[in-house]
Amino acid sequence: MHIIESGNVAAATGVKLSRAQVIAAYPITPQTPLTEKLSEFVESDELDAQYIPVESEHSAMAVCIAASSAGTRAFTATSANGLLYMNEQLHWAVGARLPVVMCVANRGIGAPWTVWNDHQDSMSQRDVGWIQIYANDHQQIIDSVIKAFRLAQTVSIPVMVCYDGYLLSHTYMPFEQPEQSLVDSFLPAFSPKHFLNPEEPGNFNTVTLPDVRQGVDGVIEPGYIEIRHNLHQDLRAALETYAEIDRDFEKIFGRGGNPFIEQYKCDDAEFVAVAIGSLSYQLRDVIDTMRNDGFNIGVMGVQLYRPFPDEVIVQALAGKKCAIVFEKALSYGNQGPLYSDIKSALYHCSTRPLIHNYIVGLGGREIKTAQLLNALTQSCASSGPIEDTSHWIGLKL
Amino acid sequence: MTDRKYCKMISRSKPGPGDGGKTGSWRVLRPIINNEKCIPVKAKKKACFNCWLYCPDCVVTKTIPPTINLEYCKGCGICAEECPASAIEMVDEARFIVKEK
Repeated sequence: MHIIESGNVAAATGVKLSRAQVIAAYPITPQTPLTEKLSEFVESDELDAQYIPVESEHSAMAVCIAASSAGTRAFTATSANGLLYMNEQLHWAVGARLPVVMCVANRGIGAPWTVWNDHQDSMSQRDVGWIQIYANDHQQIIDSVIKAFRLAQTVSIPVMVCYDGYLLSHTYMPFEQPEQSLVDSFLPAFSPKHFLNPEEPGNFNTVTLPDVRQGVDGVIEPGYIEIRHNLHQDLRAALETYAEIDRDFEKIFGRGGNPFIEQYKCDDAEFVAVAIGSLSYQLRDVIDTMRNDGFNIGVMGVQLYRPFPDEVIVQALAGKKCAIVFEKALSYGNQGPLYSDIKSALYHCSTRPLIHNYIVGLGGREIKTAQLLNALTQSCASSGPIEDTSHWIGLKL
Repeated sequence: MTDRKYCKMISRSKPGPGDGGKTGSWRVLRPIINNEKCIPVKAKKKACFNCWLYCPDCVVTKTIPPTINLEYCKGCGICAEECPASAIEMVDEARFIVKEK
């Protein structure tokens, strides 16, 4: 059934269809309507879950960690400084291998205080070990939430589903709402191998020694470094598993096929614009205009950022003249994080393109299509690399 | 579906002696029981056993005389603090290292 609703309601509906059992959240703009909708679902018995209104985001993630450790399907959502306040617990959730799913309605971070959209919040958390999916529209939000629960419990790694605050969270758009029975067939009940079980008393994640050790039953137990290596290997393998889950989703719901990147007019393109989130769809308009003006250009949206789909991205960019990366985030004192990652992935590629980096829209500064057009035209016209520092678009002072 | 077995390694421990490793190596001070002062030894009765009761690592036996498992005793000194007869002395481990040499 098609409905017209906001991005936050698309996310909440995905959580309801996924039959989350414990929801703990603290309100923060622009995530608030998502958790309000979930509390309505719980209150009206449309969703059989415990809704726990906590006093902070740190506690929200702590509750999800506890609920997930007890073997239930846990969900939370946040934005901006709320996500940063969770940081210590984010590391814990992934180190403990708990399949929590969280939506992040992307917002800039203070100081100075801002409530508007950019990607600095989730980008600043890219190295904690969580899987990061970015949705470009409302359909991708609801579909990604459902896929996220399946992925998280398959690989025992928590998943963040990120979408642009306001631009997607508060705008209304038609999207297909999957049938409950089909979601049930896609997403099996959560039955973890390890959980807090009074029949089998034990401790999880207490002080873990630098070296391996013999457990009380004689089995050699891993040290910290083995556990972290296993997490990294599992994250790399999760690329293939996510592609399989996406194919399975496509079979049942008829949508999918591009789990890592979405390419638009890239096949014959010499130039490729690259962006994350709704910006990649805004760029499609610019690309259409430039095509009419005779530029061979396409746009690539990156939908899975961690684990980084480096092979797919290298395949997509090999042989092109120039990749132009637009980012709503920055590693201060260096470059845009996506730009750094793509540049690093291309290092071994003999036919690697030039690569340019533009920083846009921090703190919700409006990104005008004319500005994108201007930047792309300049990048297509320049015959060599621009200096290896990011260019900022739209500065007025 | 890939047949990868995910999450093969987690940090978990089961109840039992020594699951945290041989923690006796952490010890700086070693508890030595003076049986001449120890209440159950003197009274020849199962009495007192504050050392057994208060030991956070359960390395003291409820026997006459009480014994301390030095493989796991971390040398915290709680037993010495709680002994009403001051029968337990915390002795610098360096003394024993010299002897062992």
